[in-house]
Amino acid sequence: MIQVLLERYRQGFRTGAFPRLEPVLPERFRGLPIFGGCPANCRECETTCPFGACQVVDSQVIVDLGRCLFCADCPACVHGRLSFSTEYRLAADRREGLRYGGGTYSPAEGLEPKLKKLFGRSLKLRQVSAGGCNGCEADCNVLGTLVFDLGRFGIQFVASPRHADGILVTGPVNENMRSALLDTYAAIPEPKIVIASGACAISGGPYQESTEGCRGVSELVPVDLFVPGCPPHPYTLLDGLLRMLGKRK
Amino acid sequence: MTESVYLKNGGMTPVAAIPRLEYGDFGQAIVTQVQKGQARVAAYFAVLSDEPGAVLEIFAILARERHGDLAVFRTLVGERFESLTPNCSQVHLFEREIAEQFGVIPEGHPWLKPVRFHRSWRPDHDAWGRDPAAHPLVGDLDFYRIDGDGVHEVAVGPVHAGVIEPGHFRFQCYGETVMHLEISLGYQHRDLERMLLGGPHPATPSQIETIGGDSTVAHMSAYSKVIEGLTGCPAPARAKAIRALGLELERLANHVGDLGALSGDVGFLPTASYCGRLRGDYLNMTAHLCGSRFGRGLVRPGGVLFDLQSSLSARILAALEDCEANTIGAIRLFFDTPSVLSRLEGIGRLSRSAAEDLGLVGVAAKACGVPRDCRFFFPTGIYQQEFDELITDENGDVFARARVRSREVEVSLGLVRRILGNLPKGETMIPMGPLPPESLAVTLVEGWRGEVVHVGLTDGTGSFRRYKIVDPSFHNWSGLALALRDQQISDFPLCNKSFNLSYAGFDL
Repeated sequence: MIQVLLERYRQGFRTGAFPRLEPVLPERFRGLPIFGGCPANCRECETTCPFGACQVVDSQVIVDLGRCLFCADCPACVHGRLSFSTEYRLAADRREGLRYGGGTYSPAEGLEPKLKKLFGRSLKLRQVSAGGCNGCEADCNVLGTLVFDLGRFGIQFVASPRHADGILVTGPVNENMRSALLDTYAAIPEPKIVIASGACAISGGPYQESTEGCRGVSELVPVDLFVPGCPPHPYTLLDGLLRMLGKRK
Repeated sequence: MTESVYLKNGGMTPVAAIPRLEYGDFGQAIVTQVQKGQARVAAYFAVLSDEPGAVLEIFAILARERHGDLAVFRTLVGERFESLTPNCSQVHLFEREIAEQFGVIPEGHPWLKPVRFHRSWRPDHDAWGRDPAAHPLVGDLDFYRIDGDGVHEVAVGPVHAGVIEPGHFRFQCYGETVMHLEISLGYQHRDLERMLLGGPHPATPSQIETIGGDSTVAHMSAYSKVIEGLTGCPAPARAKAIRALGLELERLANHVGDLGALSGDVGFLPTASYCGRLRGDYLNMTAHLCGSRFGRGLVRPGGVLFDLQSSLSARILAALEDCEANTIGAIRLFFDTPSVLSRLEGIGRLSRSAAEDLGLVGVAAKACGVPRDCRFFFPTGIYQQEFDELITDENGDVFARARVRSREVEVSLGLVRRILGNLPKGETMIPMGPLPPESLAVTLVEGWRGEVVHVGLTDGTGSFRRYKIVDPSFHNWSGLALALRDQQISDFPLCNKSFNLSYAGFDL
């Protein structure tokens, strides 16, 4: 017993100061894209991004954060005018909200007031991995560790859909997980929410050309929160969850 | 000895140089070498053949620990061929895989069931005569069943109670005792190998990095070495050292995380809490290196995308300083606690002979006393000079699998220090030329779970005719099923965690 106490003392207090303080992310972290100053009439990024994340609308580049994998060797801009900032607050309420045209990004504003009232102090989630690689799952799991301590925000992952207020979906939703996902969704009592975490769950990510479905979760069920990234940084996910519940602005 | 081509890890050969054996000789060569313990099946896959009378060409890659090389065989088969499984269990799943992909029948296979539940790659040829127009129903399997008084069946999954990947487990129980466990996977199948055909494509690196998202560096290193092997342009020494750093940090994060999770599963919360946090600290070191906690974007064919300046080295060393003492302390507390040990010892035991017969790799094999480590037997890069600490244990139980991890953690901590302290100078990336036509390259990388095998086979234009991926989980899931025999069903979570296998890496 004394060893347990001594070790506990040595390990110290490790829970982060988030959300009171902003997290310090590594310099090389790739968050919100930075772009602009494109040559006139250049539309090359529409074809060079293998995941179709870039579009040019009225000579304005739009980067779809739901398709972007934040690649370190991003091939999208042959002129080298696309890079990444360390801005991690990227979650959006609507699919359309992920279409970023530069300037200030508007992250999620949260659920409607009635749902915020219902779930704001206690949100139980069921997690379904539908073709995920275990990257998104691992960085969702990590929110349960004492660094993030998800429980202090009243959010918890539960072992049955019957105990849940919503699902957090990872993975592109491949053919073999489609019915299990729909069954899980159906088993959750109303009203319920759906969170799509990671590029796969939002758009199919690197698997959007697969023959096994893989076009993301919003084709099947309505989504209340989109969390971009491959995988999303745990703070991106946590920030998104808190915004959804109206605990962060 | 049968005619063959012998490659070093990362080696390349023109396909024409691989002798094409009669199927009988091919089978004989594999069965004999495996039975004598001279070799084991590292990869075994097929491509369509246009030779008259043949349907498929099968390639076998045998790993030969004693020689430190890989033997490559190939042969032609028709719609039906004699299964090798009755004489060589190591190919049991590979043969099922080939049957599912091409609708051919390995005759006499004792357990011929679907692996991943996808349509046949050859339209109108299904090994089980299923409707070719419909997608096979996942989990639609003739499960092994035991009947009798007091015998009952327990079905778990695909969606599990935690934040983990999906899979289906079917237990045949007598009271609390598991007589048999059958594991049915395929729920994460994304058709990854076929998406790589005709490549490399621009999307290929992202797909390789997400074969198993917790083994990004291992899989991407293997892929890069295949490309480098094919083109004959090895990555610079500095890049190889940075890759090894990424690989060891990946091992540290996952081993430490697994020890924490095992601790959680036996209800010992101190180590569970500490290791959960420490796992994140190791992931953050990888993020300092390349911006991603999972090593996304670190490794590319030709080298690495991120250099390690001395300021960054110092920063990672400082982080390591803090982590190391806490990691050792957390693990020591775990192994010094009698109530923990009593929950680990003798649980989920797998015999050495079962591990060898099934061709297990990685932590699961090492825990049974089977020496398997590509860093030791097939070393490349810095492992040629820096690695001589092959870890094995004896009892093949949960305790042994935990102890292999804890000892590997210590070895990896030392390796990370040595790499950071002695980084070769020079470039971190060299350009890659086009891939040569009609060639084959194979690489083995010791990921944290075990041996990751990638084989690249090019067509006449230098594009991928086949790209074969063997995640360590492909071999090891069968080990978990066997380890559960005669165990309490309540010990399943603990046994499962002690293997901690990848669903995505298996399902592809």
